[in-house]
Amino acid sequence: MTHLTTRSMTQSAPNRRAVLAGIGAVALVPAQAFALTTAEASALVNRVVNDINSSISSGRTGNALYRDFENIFARYADSAVIARSVLGADWRTINDAQRRNFTSVFQSYMARKYGRRFREFQGGRIEVNRAAEVNRYVEVNARAILPGRSPISMTFLIASRGGTDRFFDIRIEGISLARTERDEIGAMLDQRRGDIDQVIAHLQTL
Amino acid sequence: MLPRISIKLLSRATLLVGVLAISGCASVSSSRNATHDPLEGLNRVSHGVNKAVDAVALRPASVVYDTVVPNPISSSINNFSGNLDQPGHIVNGILQGRPGEASRAFFRFMVNSTFGLGGLFDPATDMGLGNEPTDFGETLHVWGAGEGAYLELPLLGPSTTRDAIGRAGNTLLNPTRLLTTTPLQDQRLRQVGTANLLGDRARAAPLIDPVLYESADSYAQLRSSYLQARRFQLGSVGTTDLEASGLDPFNDPFDDPFDDPIRP
Repeated sequence: MTHLTTRSMTQSAPNRRAVLAGIGAVALVPAQAFALTTAEASALVNRVVNDINSSISSGRTGNALYRDFENIFARYADSAVIARSVLGADWRTINDAQRRNFTSVFQSYMARKYGRRFREFQGGRIEVNRAAEVNRYVEVNARAILPGRSPISMTFLIASRGGTDRFFDIRIEGISLARTERDEIGAMLDQRRGDIDQVIAHLQTL
Repeated sequence: MLPRISIKLLSRATLLVGVLAISGCASVSSSRNATHDPLEGLNRVSHGVNKAVDAVALRPASVVYDTVVPNPISSSINNFSGNLDQPGHIVNGILQGRPGEASRAFFRFMVNSTFGLGGLFDPATDMGLGNEPTDFGETLHVWGAGEGAYLELPLLGPSTTRDAIGRAGNTLLNPTRLLTTTPLQDQRLRQVGTANLLGDRARAAPLIDPVLYESADSYAQLRSSYLQARRFQLGSVGTTDLEASGLDPFNDPFDDPFDDPIRP
């Protein structure tokens, strides 16, 4: 009964997107984003970290391990936001099909690349420390503890977008995935005279 | 011998500062990566040299070192050179007005030099006196010196105007730093000392190899990684950096943040 009530309420609620479009989305952004609490953000990072930890300790190697990481990225990363911020001003000059292609190709490129990088944490574990609300997102600090080495600082930036909490950046010892990829994809575009289609084709070969 | 090399290093840094003063910020980069890098042309030349040295000598040698030298021995070597950093940490701690850091470095040095058999072992960390890396570049930062321009020094790797000058100070404080030619000064490696070049390179392989050998533009990637890690280490980037760097997903005036970029 309760279930039915909830359902009908959801159905009768006005479409959020339509309302936002009508009133002006920018003014409503803070209200929406504050729906994410530090506790929720920490919980998300804990899920990400648990998945990473269990992949690392599963004994899986090579492609099997990368597939694990690709799934983790698909589940928890806001690839759409990362892809857009990585392209910066170039995002506005490309068409919808190119945006779609770039976002999907970029997501698996990221999973392969950072999956390789997470191999570094094999034999170790990641522990989540504190979370803090910053502007319209939540920053969650974690540490990778590796035997015989100093802990590695990790920061996950989490935002709620369209009702889903996802991370839109990871910083390892202050080195931001999004910033680093912005420079990397920027270099690829520079080398190809700004031709996004060539970059999309190239990313698939990496 | 050592002071002469230090002075050579210092004069090299001074020369660079002179060149910087002349060139100013006149050069405009057409690249998508906006960084204060007026000497990019020159830097790229030394990057080519550094990368070649790494590919031909450093990287292969470090792989051999890592497989041949047993772990306890290589970590003792790390401890030994790391211990020699502590007097410098004491001096820098005092110069930075951080008596806590300075005194912890002092006790760490005393404990490891005696109970740690001249620094071969690291009992201080187990006593809660872990290494707290710092350097003369950080002292200059604390004194208010700006980062300056990005530099890639031949054989010494990435730096900035400020850190290049700081490097000369570091060499005076710990001459074993002369042997630091790791093409990327991994922040994590500062904590295990710097004289053990090959061990450092081997340890940093997961970080350095993708930057140097798997990137579209290894020069730009090294520059980006170095500056980000260094600013993080100095605590000169806060969270507000996000918007400054244009990465805030909600801060694009041209885009509706709820407009899914992947339209069904």
